[in-house]
Amino acid sequence: MTATDTAPVSAARPRRRRLKPESLLDHAILICGALFMLTPIYLALTTASHDKVLTQREGLQWDFGSETLTNFNNAMFEPGGFTGDITGATMLMNSFILGVGFAVGKIILSMMAAYAIVYFRLRFATLAFWVIFTTLLLPLEVRIVPSYEVIQSMGLTNSYTGLIVPLLASATGTFFFRQFFLSIPEELVEAARIDGAGPFKFFVDILVPLSRTMIAAIFIIMFVYGWNQYLWPTLITTEEGLFTLVRGIRQIVQAMAEGSEIPDYGRAMALALIAMIPPVAIVVTFQSWFVKGLTESDK
Amino acid sequence: MAQLTVTDLSKTYPNGFTAVKPCSFQIDKGEFVVLVGPSGCGKSTLLRMIAGLEDITTGEMRIGDRVVNDTDPAHRDIAMVFQNYALYPHMTVRKNIAYGLRNRKVPANEIANKVAQAAEMLNLTDYLDRRPSQLSGGQRQRVAMGRAIVRDPALFLFDEPLSNLDAKLRNQMRIEIRALQRRLGVTSVYVTHDQVEAMTMADRIFVLNEGRIEQIGTPAEIYHRPASTFVASFMGAPPMNLLTGRGTGNGAVRLDGGQALSVPTDTETDRPLLLGLRPEDMALDGAGRIAFDIEIVEELGAHRLLHGRLSDQPFTVSVPKDTEVSTGPVRLVAKPGAVSLFCAEKGHRL
Repeated sequence: MTATDTAPVSAARPRRRRLKPESLLDHAILICGALFMLTPIYLALTTASHDKVLTQREGLQWDFGSETLTNFNNAMFEPGGFTGDITGATMLMNSFILGVGFAVGKIILSMMAAYAIVYFRLRFATLAFWVIFTTLLLPLEVRIVPSYEVIQSMGLTNSYTGLIVPLLASATGTFFFRQFFLSIPEELVEAARIDGAGPFKFFVDILVPLSRTMIAAIFIIMFVYGWNQYLWPTLITTEEGLFTLVRGIRQIVQAMAEGSEIPDYGRAMALALIAMIPPVAIVVTFQSWFVKGLTESDK
Repeated sequence: MAQLTVTDLSKTYPNGFTAVKPCSFQIDKGEFVVLVGPSGCGKSTLLRMIAGLEDITTGEMRIGDRVVNDTDPAHRDIAMVFQNYALYPHMTVRKNIAYGLRNRKVPANEIANKVAQAAEMLNLTDYLDRRPSQLSGGQRQRVAMGRAIVRDPALFLFDEPLSNLDAKLRNQMRIEIRALQRRLGVTSVYVTHDQVEAMTMADRIFVLNEGRIEQIGTPAEIYHRPASTFVASFMGAPPMNLLTGRGTGNGAVRLDGGQALSVPTDTETDRPLLLGLRPEDMALDGAGRIAFDIEIVEELGAHRLLHGRLSDQPFTVSVPKDTEVSTGPVRLVAKPGAVSLFCAEKGHRL
């Protein structure tokens, strides 16, 4: 790289790369894909900048209006819902609690499970692992009724605990961490043993720091996954104070519609956009960590 | 004073495979012992048993005067250098070296002193704040040594520490490790499959084969008086020539294929024997009594290897670089005391 940078000017400079005809098609496909994904977002943005009456009368809007600030302000801070004790900000907060609690809990739980399976001579460790693994076939949707029954009988409906804990068990996380731990050289474990690190110290001093890119990658996946949860929160939280953004948007619009008011589409669109920002921000910020975590490790 | 005493030690894995057959030995304080043997001979298992990384099936092991059979590796007062260095990749060199001390609750200023000392000794002072991934192979190896040194252990254990380095660096590190060990005077057990390392570094060599210690001795003893045909052919490059023959009963051996060679010991008549001769113990001499047919001359710079047939058996002779040779029949003499005799059936020295 530096060699070409410092090459004498007299040397023929490489001509600007022309777009090759065959890559034209590639780009066309990519552009189409991007437009396909971005257009609805653009439409949400423009619609969110108009008065609700206009939207109700003329449908989705393609150009920018003048109500952007009002709509976003309403979305975030205007109380809504049936009881009127929830704002966009509270829902955002709830979503964060769910997303972060979900991701952190999953990581802690699955990391410890993988640690036990890989490093301790447990009887039936392999069996235990495969049992955990087969729970991949039993996502929440399949076991939602019994799960609800359990949480309900424990009196945990309408609480953060009830919202987060039943979602924590993660075969995916356990699997990823197990594979990662298996790739850590045995000698490192032995060196640590000779250095006087017990099981706890080894976990905290060696394994956790070594897994940090892995942790970051799984955090991103799980945060987005938790953030986007819809069914479980809908079932378990009936108090509006505990609504998350993803489910709350609809509730707000519906509450107004049923209250024979004009549905506030601008506000709903604004909320939808707000709901999109944190996952996108996290993925964009930690993108390099994410790739690192899944593809390489500095062992 | 014995630093390591092993009595009837053996290792059998749960699947029934015996990796180390019962053996007993002592290693003295300050001694540098090399365990050498082909892969799968049990040398690493033996080392790992000393380290406490493998359980002991039978027998007793003492470090100093303490029985350590069931002692955790951390409490055996040992330090180990691994083949792949086993440095903690996320820690700086400083932290890598200090980790064992920190776990032992050594005061911080003492740790700092010891790390500085070790780094000084190993020329690592400038690299203390780097990560292992930013170091060369030789430097990593030195960090691993540093980690062992600061602990001030009763016993250093080395598990093929040089096998990941290139040839030149290996020679250099070999000398460094030996010099360091002399200076610190720490009893050391060193595992390698490389007989050159064994010969050059050891005070005493243990040659292992199929889980059994074949011979214990100084490098010179091992080389000149191998206890078995295995040791004879394993130690030395090129290895000792082994010729088959039968005793004649009058201080000579008749080789299968013709010639008779006189040997220092009396031989039972008709007993099948193996006659061992080191390639460099032979010399070309027009008046010699041994006929040898040179087929290939291998030029090695410092000396030449003559491969050919002696009484129709493959044979190699090493001659100095200034000896003129060409292929064809020549006469040889053996240096006095050069002949080793082995039992052809069991392979032990006679």
